[in-house]
Amino acid sequence: MKQYIIRRLLQMIPTLIGISIIIFAISAMVPGDYITARANPNMSIEKQEQLRSIYGLDKPDYQRYFIWAGNMVKGNFGDSMQHKQPVTTVINTYVWNSFIIGIFALFFSWFIAMITGIFSAKFQYSFFDKIVTLLVFICMSLPSFFIGLLLIKFFALDMKLFPVGGMITSGLNARGWEYFIDVLKHSFLPIMVLTMLSTGSLTRYFRTSMLEVIRQDYIRTARAKGLKERTVIFKHAFRNAMIPAITLLGFELPGLFGGAMILEQIFVWPGVGHIYLNSINMRDYPFMLGFTIFLAMLTLLGNLLADVLYGIADPRIRLK
Amino acid sequence: MAKDLVEFRNLETHFQTTAGTVKAVDNVSFIIREGETLCVVGESGCGKSVTAMSLMQLIESPPGKIVGGEILFEGEDLLKLSKREMSRIRGNQISMIFQEPMSSLNPVLTIGNQISEPLMLHMLLDRKAAKKRAIELINLVGISRPEKIFDSYPHELSGGMRQRIMIAIALSCDPKLLIADEPTTALDVTIQAQILDLMRDIKQKLNTSILLITHDLGVVAEMADYVVVMYAGKVIEEAPVLELFQDPQHPYTKGLLKAKPIINQKQERLYSIPGQVPNPIDLEDNCHFHDRCEFCMDICKVKQPPFRSHGKDTHKSACWLYEEEREVL
Amino acid sequence: MSADVMPITENKNTKAKAVDTPWKTAMRRFTRNKLAVIGFIMIVFMFILCFIGPLFSPHNLFDYSLKNKNLAPNGTYWLGTDKLGRDILLRMMLAGRISLLVGLVATCITVMIGATLGAVAGFYGKLVDNLIMRVADIFMALPSLPILIILGAVLSDLKVHPSSRIYYLMVIIGVLNWTTLARLVRGQILTLREQEFMQATEALGLKDKRKIFKHLLPNTIPVIIVAATLSVAGAILSESALSFLGIGVVPPTPSWGNMISAANNLIDFRKRPWLWIPPGMCILITSVAINLIGDGLRDALDPKTKK
Repeated sequence: MKQYIIRRLLQMIPTLIGISIIIFAISAMVPGDYITARANPNMSIEKQEQLRSIYGLDKPDYQRYFIWAGNMVKGNFGDSMQHKQPVTTVINTYVWNSFIIGIFALFFSWFIAMITGIFSAKFQYSFFDKIVTLLVFICMSLPSFFIGLLLIKFFALDMKLFPVGGMITSGLNARGWEYFIDVLKHSFLPIMVLTMLSTGSLTRYFRTSMLEVIRQDYIRTARAKGLKERTVIFKHAFRNAMIPAITLLGFELPGLFGGAMILEQIFVWPGVGHIYLNSINMRDYPFMLGFTIFLAMLTLLGNLLADVLYGIADPRIRLK
Repeated sequence: MAKDLVEFRNLETHFQTTAGTVKAVDNVSFIIREGETLCVVGESGCGKSVTAMSLMQLIESPPGKIVGGEILFEGEDLLKLSKREMSRIRGNQISMIFQEPMSSLNPVLTIGNQISEPLMLHMLLDRKAAKKRAIELINLVGISRPEKIFDSYPHELSGGMRQRIMIAIALSCDPKLLIADEPTTALDVTIQAQILDLMRDIKQKLNTSILLITHDLGVVAEMADYVVVMYAGKVIEEAPVLELFQDPQHPYTKGLLKAKPIINQKQERLYSIPGQVPNPIDLEDNCHFHDRCEFCMDICKVKQPPFRSHGKDTHKSACWLYEEEREVL
Repeated sequence: MSADVMPITENKNTKAKAVDTPWKTAMRRFTRNKLAVIGFIMIVFMFILCFIGPLFSPHNLFDYSLKNKNLAPNGTYWLGTDKLGRDILLRMMLAGRISLLVGLVATCITVMIGATLGAVAGFYGKLVDNLIMRVADIFMALPSLPILIILGAVLSDLKVHPSSRIYYLMVIIGVLNWTTLARLVRGQILTLREQEFMQATEALGLKDKRKIFKHLLPNTIPVIIVAATLSVAGAILSESALSFLGIGVVPPTPSWGNMISAANNLIDFRKRPWLWIPPGMCILITSVAINLIGDGLRDALDPKTKK
C-alpha cells in the first residue's frame, strides 16, 4: 500500500509540471499586469518600472516561469500582491470559511442522496421513484448562480428569513453561541445551494448502484435466510452499493477546499473561491497561479485518495 | 408411508411482460414427503425454479405474481401467511441453496457473519453461541480449519467450498426442507460428486427433506426418491425414481432419458429432442409438447391431456397416448 | 427473477432486433421513455422560440424608448422591458440563439478533438496512446471553471471585440472539454480494434486514416452521441456562468447569462425580477431538457440495458 501511494505520488509530478506550464502560459498571455491593473494615473513611468523590477515582472516569460516554478518546489508560492502576504497564508486564512460550507454541503448531500437513492431503487418505477428521477435531473441541470440568486431573492429579500450575504452580521460583536448562530444563519442558503447541486448526481449514482446490487444473487440468498427486508437492504445491499461510491468521496476533496467561486461571490461569503475570483479581477498573479496549482494538486490527491479508499473498502482488493 | 411435508395444490405463478403473460407455473400440484428427496426435472425455462421460488415466496413482484393455488407446509397454506410470518419460516424451516455459489455469498461480509446471521435471527443465539454453532456447521459440511474460514471472505474460497458454506447456512437452523436449485451445475464434475455426497449424508444425518431442482438426469438417478417432470410450466409426469427410469410414459420424459449419455455403452450419436421449448407467452390450451412429439395426434393440438395415473397409483402422467377419450374426438 | 425464465425473454428480443435496424430499435426505446420525450419536446420548443419566435415579435431590438423603460410585464411587453425600454421577451429569444449556438458549436469542437484524439490513441496504442493520455490527465486535473474564468479575463484584457467574443468562447469551452469524450472513444476503439472486421481491413490493406475514420469511429457513434448531448448542457452552463460574471458573451450581444447579471444591481434584483428570472428559467429548462434527452439516448443506444 505504502509503495503504491509513493508510486502514485511520483506519477503526479509530470502532470503537475504540465499543468503549471499551461496555467503560467495562460496568465502570460494577458497584456498588462498587476501594476497596470492598479495603475494610478499619477504614478510615473519610472515608478511603475521600478515596481515591476521589484516584483520581477520585467523579466522574460520563460525566466519568470522557472523562478516561479523553482520557488513552488521549495514550497514558496510567492506573495499575493493584493493581500501583501504569502499566498499560502492567504489560502490558509480563507480556505476554512470555504471548508465550513463545503463540509456541511457534503454531509447533507450524501445523507439525502443515500436515503433517496436507496428508496428509489427499492421502489423502482414507483411514483416516488419517478419524482426522484425528475428532481435528480433538475438538480443536475441547475445553473448554480441563478438558483443562488433565486433563493436570495425569495428567502432573504422577500421573506427575510435569512441574511442576504456575508458570513457574520457586520457590527455584531458576538462571541460563542451567538456567533455560531449568526454564522449558521448566514451559511444556510449557500449550503443549501451547494447541497442541491451535488445531490442530483449523487442520488442517481446511489440509485443505479443499488439497482445493480439488488439484482445480485447474494441478495436473494439474504432473503432466503429469512432476513427482514430492512436488514437485506441496509446491511447486505447497502454495503455493496457503497463500495464504488466511496471512490466519489475522494473526488469531493477539491470541492471541500477549493471553494465555490461563483456561489461565494453571490453570497458574499468570505471563502477562498471568492478571494480567487477577486484575484483574477485584480490580476494578482502570484495568488491566481498559486491557487490554481493548489486546486490541481487537490484534484490529483483526490483521485489518489479515491483509489486508496476503494482499496480499503473492498475486501477483494484489500488483501492484495 | 411418511407424512406429507409440503403440498403444492394447483399453483399458478405468472409473469407480466410487455409481450403478454407468461404462465411460468401453470396448475402445478405435487407433494414432498418427510425425509424424502424429490427431484424436479426439466429444461431451463420450464418453471422448476419458479416453483421453488414460489414456495419461498421470493418471486420478484412485479413482474411475477402467484395468482392462484395453495402451498401447504405441514398443513398450513404458506400463501396466506403475512410477510413477517413467512420470513420466520424462510431460512428456518425451509432453506435454500442456489446454482451460483460464486455470487450467492455477499462479497463484503465474512463467512462467519453470513452463517451467524440466521442463527441469531431464528435461533435467537447471541454472538458467541452463534460463532460456536457456525464453526460446528462449517465442520459439518466438511471444511477443515473452520476457525480460519469463519473470518474469511467469500473470494478467498473456491467454488466448491462456497457451495459447502451455502449448505452450512441453509442447514444452520435445522430446516425441515432444503431446496437446492441446480446446486452442482456451476461446479466441476469432481466437486459436483462431493457436494451431492454431502447432501445425501446430511439428509441421512438430519432427516431433512430435499427438493432438488435439476436438469441433469444423472443427478436425479443418484439422489431422488421421487421425480416430477415439468415442461412449459406444467407437471407432465411424476413417479418414484426407479419407476420413472424403467417405465417412462410421457414422450418428453422418454426423450430426456434417451438424451442422456450412458457410460460404457457405445452410441452412434447422442439423441436430442427435436424442436425448441415453445414461446411461453400466451400459450394455447393444448399439450405444449405437441409440436416436438413424434406421437402427436390431432387432439394434442387442441386439448390439454388430463394429469392422472395410468395403472400404478404413484405414477402419473399427462398424455393423450394413454387416454381412451381420444377415440371420441 | 429466476435464471430459468430469462433466456426465453432474451430470445424474443433478439428476434425482434433481427427485424428492426439498430437505429429503429433505439428510436422505439427512446420514444418509450416518457421523460426523454418530454425533454425532446422542451428542447424543440426552445429552438422554435429562439429561432422563429423573434420573427413574430412586434418589437425591435433597437427600440430604445426611455418612456417605456423598466415596465413590468404587460399586454404589449409580455415579459416587461429593461432600463433602455427594450422588450425582454425579444432579447431573451435572441439571447437564446447565442446561448444555444455556443453550446452546440462548442460541443462540435469537443467532439472533433475528443473523438479524433481518442481514436488515434486507441488505434495506435503504445507511445502515441501514452502521450495523448498523459496530456488528457493534465487537462483532467486542470480546474475547469477557474481556467475558463482566467481565459475570459484574458479575452477582456486583449480587448477582443464583443461581437467576435462568442467565437473565442466556443473554442475555449470546446477545447477544455475534450478529455471525457477522448477517454470514452479510446476505450471503445481498444475493444473494437481486436474484433474480426478489423482484421479484415488489415487484410484489405486499408490506410490507417481510412481504418480509423471509416471503420472504427462509426462504431463508436452511439457513445459519442450520448456524451455530446450531455456536453451541450455543460457548455451552455459554462457559457452562462461566464457571461453572468461579465467575461463571457458581453453586451450589447445578449445571452441568457449576461441578462441574469442584471441581478447584480440590487434594485433590479429586488424589484424587477422579470429582468433576470425568465432567462434563468430558460437556462434551467434547456439544460434539464438536454440532460433528459441524453439519459434517454443512453438507455436507447446502450445494448446492455434491457427494456
